[in-house]
Amino acid sequence: MTNSALALSASGGGTLRQHPLFVRYAPIATIVLALIVIWYIAAVLMNLSLVRDGFEREETPYTVSELIEGTMSAERPLLPAPHQVISAFVDSVFGYAPTAPRSLVYHSAVTLSATLLGFLLGALLGIGLALMIVHSRVLEKSLLPWIICSQMVPILALAPIFVVVLGAIGLQGLLPKSIISAYLCFFPITIGMVKGFTAPDPMQLDLMRTWSATPRQVLSKLRWPSAVPFLFASLKVAITISLIGAIVAELPTGAEAGIGARLLAGSYYGQTIQIWAALLAAAVLASGLIGLVDLTERGVARQMGTRS
Amino acid sequence: MGFILAAAAMLLALVLPLSGEIVPGLQARPSLLVLTLAAALLFAVAGWAGGMWATSLGAAGVLCAAATTLALLRDTNINGSASVGFWTIVLAAWLGAILCVVALASMRPRHDTSRRTLNLAIPLLFGAVVFYLWEVLVRGFGVPSVILPAPSAAAVRFASSLPTLGEDFVQTFIRGVLIGYAIGCGAGLLVAIVAQRYAFLGRGLLPLGNFFSALPLVGVAPIMVMWFGFDWPSKAAVVALVTFFPMLVNTLAGLSAAGHMERDLMRSYGADHRQTLTKLYLPAALPFIFNALKINATLALIGAIVAEFFGTPTQGIGFRISTEAGRMAIDMVWAEIALAAIAGMAFYGLVALAERATTFWHPSYRT
Repeated sequence: MTNSALALSASGGGTLRQHPLFVRYAPIATIVLALIVIWYIAAVLMNLSLVRDGFEREETPYTVSELIEGTMSAERPLLPAPHQVISAFVDSVFGYAPTAPRSLVYHSAVTLSATLLGFLLGALLGIGLALMIVHSRVLEKSLLPWIICSQMVPILALAPIFVVVLGAIGLQGLLPKSIISAYLCFFPITIGMVKGFTAPDPMQLDLMRTWSATPRQVLSKLRWPSAVPFLFASLKVAITISLIGAIVAELPTGAEAGIGARLLAGSYYGQTIQIWAALLAAAVLASGLIGLVDLTERGVARQMGTRS
Repeated sequence: MGFILAAAAMLLALVLPLSGEIVPGLQARPSLLVLTLAAALLFAVAGWAGGMWATSLGAAGVLCAAATTLALLRDTNINGSASVGFWTIVLAAWLGAILCVVALASMRPRHDTSRRTLNLAIPLLFGAVVFYLWEVLVRGFGVPSVILPAPSAAAVRFASSLPTLGEDFVQTFIRGVLIGYAIGCGAGLLVAIVAQRYAFLGRGLLPLGNFFSALPLVGVAPIMVMWFGFDWPSKAAVVALVTFFPMLVNTLAGLSAAGHMERDLMRSYGADHRQTLTKLYLPAALPFIFNALKINATLALIGAIVAEFFGTPTQGIGFRISTEAGRMAIDMVWAEIALAAIAGMAFYGLVALAERATTFWHPSYRT
């Protein structure tokens, strides 16, 4: 085993290199930098023929530096350079009013609302199912295998049908998307909560019995607190899945607003930069949502008196 | 007690009207009358007998009652406008089935094989009940097939369009999913092994991998379609990208699962890195790797189907689903979903079997 951190500190010898922040973030920063460099090189290589064709069509003489500059600023590049994506992202976030249909804030808000509603429904469904499964042996034996099976089915394939069916009943807009999100994200919550509710060991359950606690008291005083760490672990998984569900649900439905609609429109009109900007918005949303769950987890942990 | 109720419901159905329209009652259909009376008798005896006998007699009664309702639905005057009498039989069948499931679930057989059969039989029975209710409710109430087709209609469609389904399966699953899955998982595994060798790289890749595997990566589908064209390479590319990060993260976690004692032992044997890797790190990481393979099995299928929404040649599961949904041929859509579900479960099952075969030593399998 080579330990490169050790090697680094030996060669550099500075105290800065042993600083915990440095040890933690230097590798990440290095790899991110390397990725960006690779991205730039790839952008040049992939857009090269495109730009060269452009110059040759106009029969203008060109130099190598002009060529490379062209690959960095093409209007519909195969792979936009990072700064193009960032500027398009910043432009469409801050450049328009939040309610304008060209604003990414607007599209993100549409997707976010479907995500959150779906997440809420999925969390309620997941916890409810877990409660039922924990308290009924019949359901554990008969329902749990089907819940597990349901996850091997590519549920996103159901998305178009859901939208068609719900549209036929008269439901449109937010709810079909949220239902798809909820369907996708209830599973990790159910599995995690079943694990959490059964986490107390038999000694503790026996203790509750010696106190002649009712099932409800066992639930609120013992099972529920012991399930909280499992709850947050599964919520973190569920909220990203919920976002994916909301985005994908916008694809086949011909939605006019939302990150998924933005992706679809971009792919129809060959607006690569727009696709990348929408992807960036999705990434920002995803990390924001996970951060939010993380914060809540810390707050709840402090409330419950856990030392972290 | 419940079985007695079911028997009473069966007898009640003899006098209640079967349909909103005027149709001959059960008395006028001799074979169905026999079936109904048999079901009522079986339920009654089951309620009286109790124990193991009750369950098997009750199950037989449920079969009779279910057969009666399905036979009644062939009458066009009942199909779509069923009324109280019909629903009483359905209720009786449902009640009997629930009682059977409950009785089976409370059994605690001593033998290992019978416990395994029971663990398989209960969910199967439960699923059969759900499918039966779906079929009967859809046909009894006459739900338009645009909204929800009966499972039998989807099954008929499945059987009648096998060639199309076969083509879609080859296009989406064999070409898109399997190739992308192999590339993505293989690349994830290799990068993880390299990252484990160089700790600096590992410390950088792990948080990034975690971050990327939380992103909605299926969104890159339109870009991949642009780069690799409409045919399967773009689907394989999406699948490879989607499966890469879970594999990377899990393998990295697994490679550090080997304990200090074992590492020291390998060192005291004078094993070089390659030997340590193949003899210690990789076997210790196998449960983690299989975990990733299982997660990826579902992710891969989803990725391929979603990528097809952005443009395909005129075949593939995702393509067929979106076009048939547009044409309101919902039974075909359900047939495709059944295909995708069977493929997904078989894929997952194969991975799980391979896991059983290779990680039999892991504590979770040694009960």
